[in-house]
Amino acid sequence: MQYFALLREQAGRGTESLVTAARTPRELYAELAHRYPFTLDPSVLRVAINSEFGDWSAPLAEGDAVVFIPPVAGG
Amino acid sequence: MTAPFCFSRMPIDVAALRATLADPACGGYAAFEGWVRDQNEGRRVRRLEYEAYEALAVREAERIVAEAVARFGVAHAACAHRIGDLAVGELAVWVGVSAAHRDEAFRACRYIIDEIKHRLPIWKKEHYLGGDSGWVNCERCAAAPHEHQDAHAHG
Repeated sequence: MQYFALLREQAGRGTESLVTAARTPRELYAELAHRYPFTLDPSVLRVAINSEFGDWSAPLAEGDAVVFIPPVAGG
Repeated sequence: MTAPFCFSRMPIDVAALRATLADPACGGYAAFEGWVRDQNEGRRVRRLEYEAYEALAVREAERIVAEAVARFGVAHAACAHRIGDLAVGELAVWVGVSAAHRDEAFRACRYIIDEIKHRLPIWKKEHYLGGDSGWVNCERCAAAPHEHQDAHAHG
């Protein structure tokens, strides 16, 4: 996992390796939201898997790098 | 030839980047600069922080530049974005395009900055004069913590 911006502040860390039973990013975020005081709803987030935009329903594999992307504000 | 997109923790050297787009076949150069403003949504801003998921942002930015080149037929295009702490008035982002003519240069430049703002995993934290701060676009759509704890599990 990598956490950025508001998620990073709420998780209290920028990176994390974890073992999870979550099969998809959707399940993973639900699991993390119980552990950390995340205030962002999944509906405003995007998902990246292994440095590419991914799907909330994508099956996760061992070693996958997942990032939940808060609403962006670049440029 | 320069990389289509780069992040920089140091002030962006516009003259150097512009020079990489020079081409005797090009008659038009269009550029955009995004500057740090002293206010946003009615609040006075003291400084900004930019943070990025660099691995994905670079990939996506390179795709955006390639799209612009293909769609508008320009010769060269590049973009540079700051990361880290910026003061009011500093250059946050630069986009440059060179083309045979001005029409496609302007269009491609507009396309690139619009797509950059919409698609890249980059975040901006504003620090206000009052002392507080907030992540742009995030604070408004975040539920209050006590409401979140009472809610059912997210789908």
